[in-house]
Amino acid sequence: MSAKHNILAKLRGSLAGTTPIADNFNEALVTEPWRYAPEQRLAQLRKLMEAVHTEIHLCSEQDWPRRLAEQVQARQLLSLLIAPGTAHGQRVSEHWALHPELPPLKAYDRPIEQWKAELFNDTPASFTGTLGAIAATGSLIIWPTPQEPRLMSLVPPVHFALLKASEIYDNLYEVQQRQKWASGMPTNALLVSGPSKTADIEQVLAYGAHGPKDLVVLILEDA
Amino acid sequence: MSDLFYNAVPNATRVAPPRHAPRQYPDSKPQRVYLFGTCVVDLFYPEAGMDAIHLLQREGIAVEYPQGQSCCGQPAYTSGYTEQAREVARAQLALFAGDYPVVVPSGSCAGMFREHYPDLFKDEPETLKQVQALAARTYELVEFLLKVCKVQLNDLGQPTKIALHTSCSARREMNTHLHARELLAQLSNVERVDHDHESECCGFGGTFSVRMPDISGAMVLDKTRALKESGAHQVVTADCGCLMNINGSLEKQHAALRGQHVASFLWQRSGGQR
Amino acid sequence: MNTQTRIPALEIEEDFRARAHEALGDPQLRGNFRRAMDSLMTKRAAAFSDPEEREDLRSLGNAIRARALSKLPELLEQLDRNLTRNGVQVHWAETIEEANAIVLGIVNAHSARQVIKGKSMVSEEMEMNDFLGERGVECLEADMGEYIVQMDHEKPSHIIMPAIHKNAGQVGKLFHEKLGVDYTTDVDQLIQIGRRVLRQKFFEADIGVSGVNFAVAETGTLLLVENEGNGRMVTGVPPVHIAVTGIEKVVENLRDTVPLLSLLTRSALGIPITTYVNMISGPRQPGELDGPQEVHLVLLDNGRSQAFADSELRQTLNCIRCGACMNHCPVYTRIGGHAYGEVYPGPIGKIITPHLVGLAKVPDHPSASSLCGACGEVCPVKIPIPALLRRLREENVKAPDSPHQAMRGQGSKYSRKERFIWNAWARLNRSPALYRVFGFLATRLRNLVPNSVGPWTQNHSAPKPAPRSLHEMAREHLHKPSGDL
Repeated sequence: MSAKHNILAKLRGSLAGTTPIADNFNEALVTEPWRYAPEQRLAQLRKLMEAVHTEIHLCSEQDWPRRLAEQVQARQLLSLLIAPGTAHGQRVSEHWALHPELPPLKAYDRPIEQWKAELFNDTPASFTGTLGAIAATGSLIIWPTPQEPRLMSLVPPVHFALLKASEIYDNLYEVQQRQKWASGMPTNALLVSGPSKTADIEQVLAYGAHGPKDLVVLILEDA
Repeated sequence: MSDLFYNAVPNATRVAPPRHAPRQYPDSKPQRVYLFGTCVVDLFYPEAGMDAIHLLQREGIAVEYPQGQSCCGQPAYTSGYTEQAREVARAQLALFAGDYPVVVPSGSCAGMFREHYPDLFKDEPETLKQVQALAARTYELVEFLLKVCKVQLNDLGQPTKIALHTSCSARREMNTHLHARELLAQLSNVERVDHDHESECCGFGGTFSVRMPDISGAMVLDKTRALKESGAHQVVTADCGCLMNINGSLEKQHAALRGQHVASFLWQRSGGQR
Repeated sequence: MNTQTRIPALEIEEDFRARAHEALGDPQLRGNFRRAMDSLMTKRAAAFSDPEEREDLRSLGNAIRARALSKLPELLEQLDRNLTRNGVQVHWAETIEEANAIVLGIVNAHSARQVIKGKSMVSEEMEMNDFLGERGVECLEADMGEYIVQMDHEKPSHIIMPAIHKNAGQVGKLFHEKLGVDYTTDVDQLIQIGRRVLRQKFFEADIGVSGVNFAVAETGTLLLVENEGNGRMVTGVPPVHIAVTGIEKVVENLRDTVPLLSLLTRSALGIPITTYVNMISGPRQPGELDGPQEVHLVLLDNGRSQAFADSELRQTLNCIRCGACMNHCPVYTRIGGHAYGEVYPGPIGKIITPHLVGLAKVPDHPSASSLCGACGEVCPVKIPIPALLRRLREENVKAPDSPHQAMRGQGSKYSRKERFIWNAWARLNRSPALYRVFGFLATRLRNLVPNSVGPWTQNHSAPKPAPRSLHEMAREHLHKPSGDL
């Protein structure tokens, strides 16, 4: 008999005659302590993210591409990886077209097998959107898509992310409910709460372990 | 208590019992109490037991000391000899049958009665009722003095600094550290100082101290160093197991510092005679 | 530190005392652990500054884990179904041999030569690195702490911070010797060296292996937490991802992960959330440009079903592997993780290992505790660790003909002599007459106590009974006309 059969049989045998415990979740406990007044959400998010070395810039709907360009230039980045098929990717392409002095854009438009070495060795920065953020934990919600694959927010050492202030939620429970996560999860879903870090050596915090060393969030003040 | 979190079926998955509600204490002092002295007090620190009796009598409470008492059973229980612990526990039950409080000058033994006797007798429904009744009227000494007697102590002693060490079970099962702090704070000439890693175990753990002497030894050395470095002139504790451990180590180190049971400390400071 | 090329995890248990003794005498180890544990305890306390919220959340964590265990077979089947529907290949293994065979099968199917591994304690149970290494497949650790200990031919000494026993100087020396880089104690520089080396390995690897923090039955999702990014790398870059986990890690609903995540990160590191929460529900779908094309999950029993069989011991499986218990343990702080000689150290190690390898292999585990209760007080899912240790002690001293057989290796510390002593102790303590005689002799012959009384006098002066017992003094006092109220 298979391992599956044997294991399940043992477990069932151990539970013989018992009744499964009924649902005992406590919604209030995971929401009430983690609620913020609308005007506080942004401040709470910033506080937590900046505490772990995230760089945050407040922008407007009009000028965020210019601000992004500023940041790219300030870091002397040699290129920027974007998803040109997305709306925010489009805005970047348009802005870049008007400013030829900016470093070239790259597109993540083919399977990774076709350009893995370039992604790893010659792609200093990327720019992605977000599905919102969570004030209680200081986290960006990123759902990779065919247009914005997961490695965009992982491999390049600098990751720029665009967030709408109106999409900052209070807590993870609220996010799951309002975005209906349980009705269908994507291949990969992520919460990103800062640049990569580790305290594995003597508990001393060091940034830039394996993920991006820099996380720069442009927050559109549209709330 | 046991039936609150156990499904009727013995192999049901367990959910942790709800937290104890804060203990409700009777409004007035009883006229009579039992003293469960504990085996360590009986043989090594009888003066602490006597001072506990004096403190209670001074509150106008009659103290009964059943001569047949011996040990709460904890050493066997923690060593895995559950049947033997149960035998001894059963013998104690019979001696404290009257419906008046049992006062215990040890947090770990009081904890044994309150927290672990129900576990020992969970398969004997009749005895379990008796045990639950006993648990409900068992008090650690300091707790009893503070919360039931609402004692007011006058400090007749010279200014002194003390460090308070609370046993792990007293701390975690009985909140004794808080009661002791409050009671000691009544003594106006006594300054209580904190010691480093105060909530850490002293390393006694009953048979642990003889089964794992290397590890236990390292723990008591750290504890005694912390006590010495606290600046206290003496150590006070509500548990004689810890007292034996700490004093035994201090003596071996030829240190000047010593510990005393809180009952003796309180009795002497408040003018009691022996 | 160690010149062996392979450290067997299942070392002879008698060495526990020897290893503990050695650790106790190592001031550097003592200092490293003391500082590290103090820091982790302080962080946790700060993260749980509201005691009401903390205790309510612990109760909820316990309730959620209990609910999952109460329907474990059903949830495992649901998990299997949903993962399979999502395109994940689910494998079941009763033993570590079976689990390794499954992994090897996948390795061979892809002619893989290089495996890169994110943090997984289950893979340590499997000794996967050595298993694959012996078959010519490089299995490299990518978590910085694991990478460091692997380089030094050691096992992790803590389940969250594997290299916690090392200081920067030791790491600097190790990197200098093994990687040929300049010696440095600058932690940022050391991390950058690790980043550089491992980045190339993520790039090259044929297969990525990870653990799982929570497996969600409702949606068929594997949830992983981390701060470094190695988990996302190993589950995202190589064309094949193998996740390995214990059968107890399943939770019923996605929303159950919300409080469990909060408990995990705050208990482990005192942080509100880890840098990355990575939720994987399937392999690369048509149209997607990256992610592994094959995702496998290996569900491992390895003795967990034994713990499950007994309703008291089943609570051991609540564990969400936060490490808070060992952070607060006065024994672990002083002997470090290696002294336990097994995959899981500290309090959780003491209660789970007897199920994984049998009590006979680790007979000292249940006794290596003063039952202080610090662990049980901080466990985010309210495992009654001291009660379980006591229960394991009971199993340990059971007579061989004892009717109720709950565990492999029970009775491994059975000793007729010891049983005789406790029977005599019980006889003495339940007989007032005998006890009275004993009390009389102990007090009257007090000066005959020798200066050396076994292990007690190793750390204490000889114990001397009082001249008169409390029984005597109380009887006298309470029967005096003035003493009796």
